[in-house]
Amino acid sequence: MADQLTRARLGGLGRRLAGAVFVLWAVATVTFFAVRLIPGDPAEAILGGPGSQTSAEALAAVRAEYGLDQPLSLQYLHQLGRLATGDLGRSYALNMDVGPLVLSQLGGTLVLALLSLTVAWLIALLLATWSTGRGRLARQIGSGLEIVAAALPHFWLATTLIVVFSIWWGVLPPISTADARGLVLPVVTLAIPLAGFLGQVMRESLTAALESPFVLSARARGESERGVLWRHALRHAALPAIGLSGWAFGSLISGAVVVETIFARPGLGRTLLNAVTVRDVPVVIGVVMIVALVYILMTVLTDLASRLADPRPMSTGTGAGA
Amino acid sequence: MSELEIQVAAGVDTAGGAKTAGRGRVSVVEVIAALLAALLITAAIAPGLLAPGDPLAIDPLAAFGAPSWTHWFGTDESGRDIYTRVVDGAHDSLLIGLTATVIGLGLGAILGVIAGTLGAAVDFTVNRFLEVLFAFPGLLLALLFILVFGPGPGSAIVAVGLSTAPGYARIIRAQLIRVRSSAFVEAATVQGLSRRRILTRHILPNTLAPLLVLGTLGVGQAIVWAAALSYLGLGAQPPAAEWGAMLSAGRTYITSAWWMSFFPGLFIVLTAVCATALGRSIERRMRHA
Repeated sequence: MADQLTRARLGGLGRRLAGAVFVLWAVATVTFFAVRLIPGDPAEAILGGPGSQTSAEALAAVRAEYGLDQPLSLQYLHQLGRLATGDLGRSYALNMDVGPLVLSQLGGTLVLALLSLTVAWLIALLLATWSTGRGRLARQIGSGLEIVAAALPHFWLATTLIVVFSIWWGVLPPISTADARGLVLPVVTLAIPLAGFLGQVMRESLTAALESPFVLSARARGESERGVLWRHALRHAALPAIGLSGWAFGSLISGAVVVETIFARPGLGRTLLNAVTVRDVPVVIGVVMIVALVYILMTVLTDLASRLADPRPMSTGTGAGA
Repeated sequence: MSELEIQVAAGVDTAGGAKTAGRGRVSVVEVIAALLAALLITAAIAPGLLAPGDPLAIDPLAAFGAPSWTHWFGTDESGRDIYTRVVDGAHDSLLIGLTATVIGLGLGAILGVIAGTLGAAVDFTVNRFLEVLFAFPGLLLALLFILVFGPGPGSAIVAVGLSTAPGYARIIRAQLIRVRSSAFVEAATVQGLSRRRILTRHILPNTLAPLLVLGTLGVGQAIVWAAALSYLGLGAQPPAAEWGAMLSAGRTYITSAWWMSFFPGLFIVLTAVCATALGRSIERRMRHA
């Protein structure tokens, strides 16, 4: 019985994975052809951009080395073949392979994103449990705080936090250092706006859960208010927010572009921004592919997590994964 | 991306507004938001009314002045008045946000309506296409666009518009499907109205009604994103009084002159909060109308 249930819940998994492979292929295709729209000669870009006095022989050599002299369709197939084997090509600007470069930057960004996600969850949870069931004023304060938090741009929050905590009070370093103290400001910068988004969803589903029949029956059994909240209502209330984690992760990676730049913290975001600024095409493609891969994995995982955490016997919430 | 994720990203009130008391009354928040919006729009159209000075007038003797009675928001490295520049920047920032939102909503509406009306095969194709776009989260699609077309204010506007379009497309498609299966459309079908008439007179107007709400909510988000691109040096460039560019210029002097970055950023936040409050208020009123 339980086995059957699990199987039913995992039923769509194969299709999800096939969909993920399709999206990855499409992302590779979109980026390949988008990059061909860039005006100018790619061989010149590799040798240092237009204006750098390069000889015709040097250009021809680069074209041959990077396969730029082949027809577009062949280049495309080669690119797909290389991506399938995990080869992301060579950076134009940094004179190193993109694969190892991106992998070396991935860890820092993942740590930053996962810590921020956890902190955002904690803030949202505290705000939601505090502001629910305490009357209209508490609800309005909670909702107001969430709207303001969600509207805070990372770049402004970061500079304001640096001014207050690093320059005025001098308690935290203004640039990211290797120790835990250096992580505080970047994590808080990313977590506060996200907590605003998560909190809105959590408080609303918590309010709905507290009014549902199973909470009434728990109260009738003599459960304490705290027991009702923590043991019954919160599990239901957390579901939609768990489902949001895939999206949240994506927005954190996007926020990391700004935050890593401000706090001078090595990571995917800063690598991406630098590569866009100097038009280092292979690095941009590499970072975008890795982010898409991680993002798709996260959405499949959160989909799985919310299917397994759903207390209802047969998931009626599958529509949310569509 | 799920329906909920898209709604949250777009700032739509996921509670459905059912719990909100006082549907007819005007709340304090609404009054403040409306006043703020009026001030911001005045600043954008006629900055001279709020700040008569010249935003580019330099005064080297007054450089790096802290906020005071003569310079409410302080002065920058050339002694230019930050308050005057922030008021003057409202025009660029609001225009960028508005244009990006119009582009995003326009593209989103076209894609959403195409997906919802041209049959299952088209719907399937558009949906897969949108899924691919969702794999470039947040600013990533905008950065890819800027990689191809180069940095600048125009690029930033189109980039932000493009990045927001997939979310809008999903919301509009979902709304269209909801409207299509509602009772009044069924009634029109039973009355024998032509498919075309039902589509243009009944389904489309009701599908596109939330555009006003989405647009109001979206302007705030678009201003934040465009300012982020300017801040990163990929949008409007520093001499311009656009808020993101001003913040970027203030970054160099952050240790000595915090007001150079604080006030332009504060106005981005105020605009975004104001847009959210107004958007939700319109949404609530439309639902109860």
